Amino acid sequence: MLSLDAVRAGYGEFTALWDVSLRVEAGEAVAVVGPNGAGKTTLMRVVSGLVPPRAGTVTFEGELLNGRPAHEVVARGVAHVPEGRRIFPGLSVSDNLKMGAFLPRARAAHAESLGRVYGLFPVLAERRRQRAGTLSGGEQQMLAIGRALMSRPRLVLLDEPSLGLAPVMVLRLFDLIRRVRAEGYTILVVEQNVRQVLKLVDRAYLLEVGRIRAHGPAQALGEQDFVRRAYLGL
Amino acid sequence: MIGPIFLVEAAVNGVLLGGVLALLALGLNLIFGVVDIIWIAYVDLVMLGMYAVYFLVTAAGWPVWLAGLGGIGLVALLGVLVHLLIIAPILDTAPLNQLLATGGLLFFLQSLATFLWTTDHRSLRLALPVLEVGGLFVSLARLIAFAVALVALLGLYLFLTRTYMGTAMRAVAQDREAMTLMGASPARVYLVTSAIGGAMAGLASPLLLIQYSVHPHFGAQFGPLTFMICVLGGLGDMIGAFVASFIMSEIISLGGVLLSTEMGYVIAFAVFIVLIFARPGGILIRRE
Repeated sequence: MLSLDAVRAGYGEFTALWDVSLRVEAGEAVAVVGPNGAGKTTLMRVVSGLVPPRAGTVTFEGELLNGRPAHEVVARGVAHVPEGRRIFPGLSVSDNLKMGAFLPRARAAHAESLGRVYGLFPVLAERRRQRAGTLSGGEQQMLAIGRALMSRPRLVLLDEPSLGLAPVMVLRLFDLIRRVRAEGYTILVVEQNVRQVLKLVDRAYLLEVGRIRAHGPAQALGEQDFVRRAYLGL
Repeated sequence: MIGPIFLVEAAVNGVLLGGVLALLALGLNLIFGVVDIIWIAYVDLVMLGMYAVYFLVTAAGWPVWLAGLGGIGLVALLGVLVHLLIIAPILDTAPLNQLLATGGLLFFLQSLATFLWTTDHRSLRLALPVLEVGGLFVSLARLIAFAVALVALLGLYLFLTRTYMGTAMRAVAQDREAMTLMGASPARVYLVTSAIGGAMAGLASPLLLIQYSVHPHFGAQFGPLTFMICVLGGLGDMIGAFVASFIMSEIISLGGVLLSTEMGYVIAFAVFIVLIFARPGGILIRRE
């Protein structure tokens, strides 16, 4: 469904990704794990079109995404839930979700999508008239995910969904992401919470200083010695 | 001693003036909030619109309302052109460049108007009646301008709160990158914003022309005031600008009756300076 081949990207003089190759098949959940500054967020931004790659190719469902601006990438079925959630704090919860359905084809299905998102996250329905900025961190993350689903994507990019959440909320959020997955969305998730995310996904890539250091089935990767020592604290 | 009836009349006139000021301030503030650029030459577009309405009425013989619609269309188009030709190419450069460019446009438009139409003050001389309501004298022109401005602002409010594009404009003002992730092309949102901001300046043109005469430096009369209202309300804050419009128009109107027209403006600017120290983020936002 999604494939990156030898992607290089960066900002100014700085190169954040060195020849990164990665693949996500339809229906899969795939994680990219690694320490702070490894280039995980840049990777997500390259896929969604916020950062143009300097070399290599990004293909989604057979179509080259390189150099396409972000608003055209989402129109092709890739929704990006950015790091830090980036909800519209001054808009109501329902207006945030409405913006998720900004694309013409998503607008036509607004009511149905809304029903599905409120089904997944009932708390958003309760708070639909509230300003999004007044939600708790966990609720804001649900809103950010719900907003992305409103665009009727086939692939959902989740960038650090558990960042800044209380431990109890982190567990709840991962349960919710499992339910999102069960609805049939393909998921590419970037996380620092390696232990939790490896329980969620089928396969994982380990990204260190801009390079893929290891990849494989989630369970196998979690059993590797250096992963256990460096990321699972075992 | 000024009788209480004059003060009430001045207060009413202040409210009426506030409607058109709010139209100008919200148009400028909308563009600032969404595109993040201050159109220094905003009221000079109004000046061009006033000339357009003036000539459509006096030379082409159109009825005022139709000429007014023509003015709206023309200035909306000008707004789009200003965005495409001047703003879009320098959108990602330093903010100072943008101020210089729109400031340059101001001098260009003033000079062009002087060249084309001389410095003569031109008025429609409609001689609209002055109404007497319960002992108060209110000019019909002001009443019309106020009512039309208010209806337009209501329309703007509904557009910004009910439609996808209007809501997207508010969203872009809060997080432009996140809105591109929703599938909105920033270029398109900016263009629609510039057209709407232009149309609001266009609507202000006939509303001002039925009350004032037009001349190439008309912008100097309302431009600084409009900008001041936006800053006072909080740049980009639509509700704040709406409230600030009426505060300023009341100060000008009451100050004008109690002292003199000039002193009304002096007081308004003095109040502005004081409030900017007290509430730098805008009158509705407390200092953090």
